Amino acid sequence: MKLKLENLTKRWGAVYGARDVNIEVKDGEFVALLGPSGCGKTTTLLMVAGIYKPTAGVIRFGERVMNRVPPKNRNVGMVFQSYALYPHMTVFENLVFPMKLKRVPAKERRERAQQVAEMMGIGHLMDRKPGQLSGGQQQRVALGRALTKQPELLLFDEPLSNLDARLRLSMRAEIKRLQVNLGITSIYVTHDQVEAMTMADRIAVMRDGLLEAYCPPDELYDRPATLFVAGFVGNPPMNFLDVEVTQANGELRARCLGLDVAVPAERGARAAGKPKVTLGIRPEDLSIVLGEPGGEADTVVAGEVYVVEPLGRDDLIDVQIGQSHVNVLVNPGLGLRLGDPVRLKFNMEKAQFFDPETEQSLLWR
Amino acid sequence: MDDRMGVGSRWRAVLPLLVMAVLTVPILMGYVWIIISTFSQRTYGLVPVDSAGRVGGLTLENWAFLWEDPNIWKVTLNSFTLAVGLTIGVVLVSALAGYALSRISFPGRKAFLGTTLILHAFPSVTLLISIYFVLRWITRVPILGRGIPVIGGFGYDTVGGVILVMLALQLPLGVWLMKGFFDNISWDMERAALIDGCTRLRVWWQIIMPQIKPGIAALAIFSFISGWNEFLIPYTYITDQEKSTIAAYLRSLMSDTAPVNYSQIAAVGLFQLIPVMIFFIFTQEYLLSIFAGGSKGGT
Ligand SMILES: Nc1ncnc2c1ncn2[C@@H]1O[C@H](COP(=O)(O)OP(=O)(O)OP(=O)(O)O)[C@@H](O)[C@H]1O
Ligand SMILES: [Mg+2]
Repeated sequence: MKLKLENLTKRWGAVYGARDVNIEVKDGEFVALLGPSGCGKTTTLLMVAGIYKPTAGVIRFGERVMNRVPPKNRNVGMVFQSYALYPHMTVFENLVFPMKLKRVPAKERRERAQQVAEMMGIGHLMDRKPGQLSGGQQQRVALGRALTKQPELLLFDEPLSNLDARLRLSMRAEIKRLQVNLGITSIYVTHDQVEAMTMADRIAVMRDGLLEAYCPPDELYDRPATLFVAGFVGNPPMNFLDVEVTQANGELRARCLGLDVAVPAERGARAAGKPKVTLGIRPEDLSIVLGEPGGEADTVVAGEVYVVEPLGRDDLIDVQIGQSHVNVLVNPGLGLRLGDPVRLKFNMEKAQFFDPETEQSLLWR
Repeated sequence: MDDRMGVGSRWRAVLPLLVMAVLTVPILMGYVWIIISTFSQRTYGLVPVDSAGRVGGLTLENWAFLWEDPNIWKVTLNSFTLAVGLTIGVVLVSALAGYALSRISFPGRKAFLGTTLILHAFPSVTLLISIYFVLRWITRVPILGRGIPVIGGFGYDTVGGVILVMLALQLPLGVWLMKGFFDNISWDMERAALIDGCTRLRVWWQIIMPQIKPGIAALAIFSFISGWNEFLIPYTYITDQEKSTIAAYLRSLMSDTAPVNYSQIAAVGLFQLIPVMIFFIFTQEYLLSIFAGGSKGGT
């Protein structure tokens, strides 16, 4: 089923929960709603579910306007962070409860519940109460309960946040596989950008109730439209430097104290001439240059190691350049210490430029 | 070293129990005396004696009201009607109002919560006269006044009227208590139920109510006991002996002219206690689970 949100707004007095949100979800698509705490993800989701009534805007399922349709008639399944199982019912009763309300015949109810339970690997827990299950098992039951009624739309509100890291990883893969197999249109709320990047077909990034970006994961990563998106997506986060881009002899250069690098024309064209722009570069697009200085490319900058954080596979080091700091991922084998002088090569083919006033990208908008 | 610490900690555990036991003895003695005295002609301390002062004199005379006074069964039934009616009313209204106050934001919600609390703090004695006029007025309403079976109606000199008055006085506490229980239930569960296909009323009845059973049990016990034991209001608004309650009956035994038979009063008091005990035995599990941290968990 297709879903469309048009200028969707929810307001409580002066507080905006969501503001002019426009999202279109294709049939069978998996969309992630990503953003920091309090940005309006849950609000948006609950409007889609019919729990909150929109202050303004339109919700369409297919072509049908759903604004005034009560939740029970929307045929959506929802999974909550707190599981929200009914504690006084057994797992089996939890699974069949939505079907009972839809007046599915008893025999079919039992069959479907059994089938979903097998699929979720909770078949042996049918007679237990939720209080006797582990968190991971409870979340499986919650997911099963959302599936038994065969919804046309699945809504997830941070379903994995209460699980430990390892379980989160396996459940993530499992939910994705289920969604692809069943082909149910899904909206998945999360504040974990890795979760969004790995699972979603498209990601909607929200901030303070506003939609910041809505595009596929790779585009979000490679072509961030705003400063906020660039900083929020990616781990470790993108480095930002305040620079001036000047043009001399047909060549573009980005400069600030201690830094002077050449910029490819197609990257820097719109940044040139402004007194101040924000240069964004991801830690993996910076690399350490070994050997003696001299005769090297004009994208190498000298700096000094400020902090070293071992991450296991890599070391994350903070390099001071002039008065700015950048994070770089390096091979632990290099054995860098505090205060060591280093030279960094900037891969300017991947550089981003933003207008610090409007926070908009100077490349993609 | 270890041993000495063991002894010390054991003393620390036993000492409070000892102190509490000593403090409880006088209270226990009181109960024991009540039971003994109801079966004795007279008592000397805890020892039953006969009229001449010799040890002995056990008798069933004090319990004779059970078979000699037909009124006792009428007033018992009235007390029971009052207690049950009050319990049903308080639980039903409190559960619905508490749910609304906990979940729905409507204009005047805060003010409502505040005023009910003030009403609760109001001593009911000060209201007796004004309530009297209200009840007199209700009496004149056809059928509703005094034409309803079992409770007699809601007017003056009816059990129903007393229920109505007590209900009004009990509700603030009940509503607040229920609201507290509803507040503790997560919104997500309710949302899940709505999405699963429930109406609001069904969510309340099938999802929320089963989870506040301990709260309902507690409220039901308190309401039942206060209805059963209430003296002032039935005594004030019921004049007819046959419609009166057991507490008022007890009062009528202490007549101003004849000498008071305390053994008989103790017997009636004990008789009055029996249903409360039975009620408590059946509901204590719920009561205990409240103290043990609500209805969470498996069972
Ligand atoms: N019922 C409500 N009344 C008033 N304000 C609300 C209400 N619900 C949410 N808000 C406000 O709306 C904003 C968005 O809240 P929302 O719950 O959608 O955030 P979220 O993105 O889900 O955050 P989180 O990741 O912490 O769950 C917040 O500022 C919140 O305070
Ligand atoms: Mg949320």
